[in-house]
Amino acid sequence: MSAEIGQWCLILAVLFAIAQGVFPLLGAARGIPLWMSVGRAAGRAQFLFLAIAFGCLIDGFIANDFSILYVASHSNSELPLYYRVAATWGAHEGSMLLWALILSVWTVAVTLFCRSLTLPFQARVLGVMGLISTGILLFILLTSNPFDRLVPMPPDGNDLNPLLQDFGMTIHPPMLYMGYVGLSVAFSFAIAALLGGTLDSAWARWSRPWTLVAWIFLTFGIVLGSWWAYYELGWGGWWFWDPVENASFMPWLVATALLHSLAATEKRGAFKAWTVLLAIFAFSLSLLGTFLVRSGVLTSVHAFASDPARGLFILVFLALVVGSSLLLYALRAPSIRDSAHYALISRENLLLMNNILLVTAAASILLGTLYPLVLDALQWGKISVGPPYFSNVFAPLMAPVILLAGIAPLFAWREASLAKVWGKIRWLAPAALTLGIITTALFWELKDIKVLAGLSMAFWLIGGTLLSLWSRVQLRSSVLEGLQSQSLSSYGMTIAHLGIAVFLVGLVLSDRHSVEKVVRLAPGDTAAIGRYDFIFKGIKTVDGPNFKAQEGLFEVRSEDQLITELKPQKRSYRVQRNTMTEAAIDPGVTRDLYVALGEPLDAGAWSVRLYYKPFIRWIWFGGLFMMMGGLLALLDRRYRRHKMDPLVTA
Amino acid sequence: MTPRRKRMWVVGLIILGVSIATYFALSAFQKNLLYFFTPAQVAHGEAPKGYPFRIGGLVVQGTVLRAPDSLLVHFTLTDGIATVPVTFSGILPDLFREGQGIIAIGKMNAEGQFEASEVLAKHDENYMPPEVADSLKKNGQLSTTYKDYQR
Repeated sequence: MSAEIGQWCLILAVLFAIAQGVFPLLGAARGIPLWMSVGRAAGRAQFLFLAIAFGCLIDGFIANDFSILYVASHSNSELPLYYRVAATWGAHEGSMLLWALILSVWTVAVTLFCRSLTLPFQARVLGVMGLISTGILLFILLTSNPFDRLVPMPPDGNDLNPLLQDFGMTIHPPMLYMGYVGLSVAFSFAIAALLGGTLDSAWARWSRPWTLVAWIFLTFGIVLGSWWAYYELGWGGWWFWDPVENASFMPWLVATALLHSLAATEKRGAFKAWTVLLAIFAFSLSLLGTFLVRSGVLTSVHAFASDPARGLFILVFLALVVGSSLLLYALRAPSIRDSAHYALISRENLLLMNNILLVTAAASILLGTLYPLVLDALQWGKISVGPPYFSNVFAPLMAPVILLAGIAPLFAWREASLAKVWGKIRWLAPAALTLGIITTALFWELKDIKVLAGLSMAFWLIGGTLLSLWSRVQLRSSVLEGLQSQSLSSYGMTIAHLGIAVFLVGLVLSDRHSVEKVVRLAPGDTAAIGRYDFIFKGIKTVDGPNFKAQEGLFEVRSEDQLITELKPQKRSYRVQRNTMTEAAIDPGVTRDLYVALGEPLDAGAWSVRLYYKPFIRWIWFGGLFMMMGGLLALLDRRYRRHKMDPLVTA
Repeated sequence: MTPRRKRMWVVGLIILGVSIATYFALSAFQKNLLYFFTPAQVAHGEAPKGYPFRIGGLVVQGTVLRAPDSLLVHFTLTDGIATVPVTFSGILPDLFREGQGIIAIGKMNAEGQFEASEVLAKHDENYMPPEVADSLKKNGQLSTTYKDYQR
């Protein structure tokens, strides 16, 4: 019965989404207050019905209702309860429903926090969000309904893909979607401002916290995904330039650019037209990501078996969203006037360079991701773009971003004095280089130019970031007072930029000094990596709730000291008959030790993958730092509700 | 600075950035494009010699042979028309199985074997790499029970 209730709620939600999309926009255009006020109520009603629909689907999973096709395909009565709940968004249909639900959560958030906005502006924002929601909900109802029944009902389900039976994977999609979909708010604000002609600094101030929240979730989602890939896929890598990873990374890059240009727009009224364009791009790339993942056009670890109608629907929807917003932009952009005047040497221009570099990086990833698709569509051959393309293009573009991030906060808005800045950073470059040389020579080899360059850049960034904090602190009479007088967003920036340095250290060291060994080991054999000896003790069989596993026992010793025991598994899931590698990792701040079982060979021997990964955790620590920086900035007092002045113009 | 000069600077910076990026992108592109070939195309000699490419097909039943003392594996790939022998040294993916659709990346060696540096099998037994499914469909080798095309 719950499936029918869910289905009804879904249909009601579409009707409310249409009402939310149509009436407020028409009302704002014609100046009819009653129509404008429909948006808020319709948005909340939509959320209510989507929440019930989602609850019904979860109920289907908990109750093992295999008469629902989606439940039968992705669950099993043996699956533990926790994963049965998480399986709700473990595949296409349910994850699209989650997408829609999250969009309505954002809608409700807008109705709650933006009450002091003028009615027409609110109406336009909610209207745009209603139209997006209509598209997604129609997509669900027409091509991927999670409530489809299966007749006759099978005795048991097909089980959840074993790769997804993992904690990281259960929270990764909701976090990532919060980020993806959150960018729709910044997008709706931009469109509403274009429609109403209210592109002013108040608009930027209102867009900033929303963009920031979306960016925080997106950052967290990407970090989680990378971490999951590292420990679950058993290849020891943390980023593969897989099309679906790219699909989440492109919106992140553009959202990062957007955060920075919003700062310039809010503080100085600069780059308005550009900021609007970025907001449109960021959400368009989120939709494109959804298309890439959901259409199955790409060879990817994430690809789901899917049908072409879905891809076509999203492609048309994407074209409508991007096309109409760019058309609107083209019509309105000539009337956007930047009020700001700034000199060549100014923080505005440095932020502009940051933006250009980040967007160019996103564009080159887009090229590498879409080029194979375009060639295939034109029947010019099937190709794929290897990961070296991405790293070769990405590194030279990111290096100047990092160098700029180190010093840009020292430049004043409007017009900066080169002499003043030079006075502060005279010693930065030599100091960073010296520290880089010393650490490289001490711990690694001096001729390792990439490590030297990476570490020096990290020191440069740390030094520059702390210098700029110091230069703001010392304006006050005492250090303590100076530290207290700094705003939370200034600390947020400091921590986020330090996060880049932490990430960079992890990236360079793990990339240059990881050791991988693929060896054949019989029980009793030892393999050595550097000063670590991995001793293979043997294999035993263990039982899990829905799998049987071969569990290896490895002792890791260093100079005869027992460091740890590692127990990697090779699991065989009963229902899907899938084999899964469960790597065993001994984590550490300066190194990870990693063992993954390969295949059984004859005479009790196994092929085994052994890794020594120095500083790899710093990659995710760096991401978490950036996220923490974002959170601090969000808590800044100027975003508290009573401080936000409403948009005056309509 | 006048708005006009400012705009010129902005435009100049953008052009500079884009052209540098284009340079990197094109030079990296050239080296990292991997073309896809089916076993039939390889048999026809269409695949490049001494240059890496991707090959995809079904692993022929009963052809997987392991060396007793190393991690070397031999197997044969087919698209229903031709077959290509493949060698690989390392750990095969979990879902590598006889009869399964896989993609391998590597080069042809002098003995006419494909030396794979990487073997990809997907983590969903019902899923087949689109390239492989396409070529099998063209050759009429795709079983009608294959889920992707049933829906």
